[in-house]
Amino acid sequence: MDEVSQISEFGKIFIFLITGFVLVGMTLFLSKLLSPNKPNPEKLASYECGEEPTGTAWIPFNTRFYVIALIFLLFDVEMVFIFPWATVYANASLIAADNRWGLFTLIEMFAFASILILGLVYVWRKGDLDWIKPTPVIPTTNSPIPLSLYEELNIKQAAFKKILITEQNIVIPHNEVPAKPVVVNKPMFKPSFKKASNEPGNE
Amino acid sequence: MNEEGGIVVTKLNDLMNWARLSSIWPLSFGIACCAIEMMGMYASTYDVDRLGVFPRPSARQADVIIIAGTVTFKMAERIKRLYEQMPEPRYVISMGSCSNCGGPYWQHGYHVVKGVDRIIPVDVYVQGCPPRPEALIGAIIELQKKIEGETLIKV
Repeated sequence: MDEVSQISEFGKIFIFLITGFVLVGMTLFLSKLLSPNKPNPEKLASYECGEEPTGTAWIPFNTRFYVIALIFLLFDVEMVFIFPWATVYANASLIAADNRWGLFTLIEMFAFASILILGLVYVWRKGDLDWIKPTPVIPTTNSPIPLSLYEELNIKQAAFKKILITEQNIVIPHNEVPAKPVVVNKPMFKPSFKKASNEPGNE
Repeated sequence: MNEEGGIVVTKLNDLMNWARLSSIWPLSFGIACCAIEMMGMYASTYDVDRLGVFPRPSARQADVIIIAGTVTFKMAERIKRLYEQMPEPRYVISMGSCSNCGGPYWQHGYHVVKGVDRIIPVDVYVQGCPPRPEALIGAIIELQKKIEGETLIKV
């Protein structure tokens, strides 16, 4: 192994690259050669779970989702960084080497997460997390009947109902014969439980 | 190839058939109660993944469509389209009496296609109402045998 290599380290990578391209190219060529290719309009149509595709696949998408996607990406990437950290955090051999390691990594990760949370707080404060709701315009019409008339009618109606109820309350006792003292009836059916052995013919 | 390493000499035809039969990917498609048994087959109890059967969400990636259930006329149109959208080579397993011949609807079912083979070519029929997952595994093994006998060049 003492001989001077004819190929430099970059050359080796170059050979890897060429091999990769050739292999992938060969696979693609072989599949092109061997796979059956029978296109028809039905096959080339968009796949929509067997339904007939209608309209175009290019539909307008609400840009409000863009911000959500960006923030999601932020915390998604954070997750990617936390995974390698989790493998070295509280590593017994590393702590044995220096017992400050565990505390240091923990603080480090908290610092990292808090920087990202700072970003979230910023977005929150800026109001980017607020879902912009449409402001509906209530249509107005020029009607000769003023709105106050309806209100007046409603109040009048409510008052009428009240009178009706109170009148009933007053009138009915006058018409009726004084009520008899209420007799509490005993229930006609009195449930009783008998033992099966006492009943004749029941075994 | 053994543990010591070595080479295998094979025919391209056999290699391709082996590759195809070792990864029969069905379309995730169930239309009636037979689909419950089909799901049972995919799940851990029967673990059909050991045969290389792995349900795919798109017809573009599927090799086989398992017609698991009653084929109504409304669904027949969709089945036909899904079958058309699958790339060749494509296979069809007709699962259960309903898709074989109409099943309990063979006489009075005004809405049922009397056998899915009236709309698409069927390779393997599975009898039963519904067939047990073992029966469907049997159908997949039958399909593997069928693929094994295929030739690249049609004479």
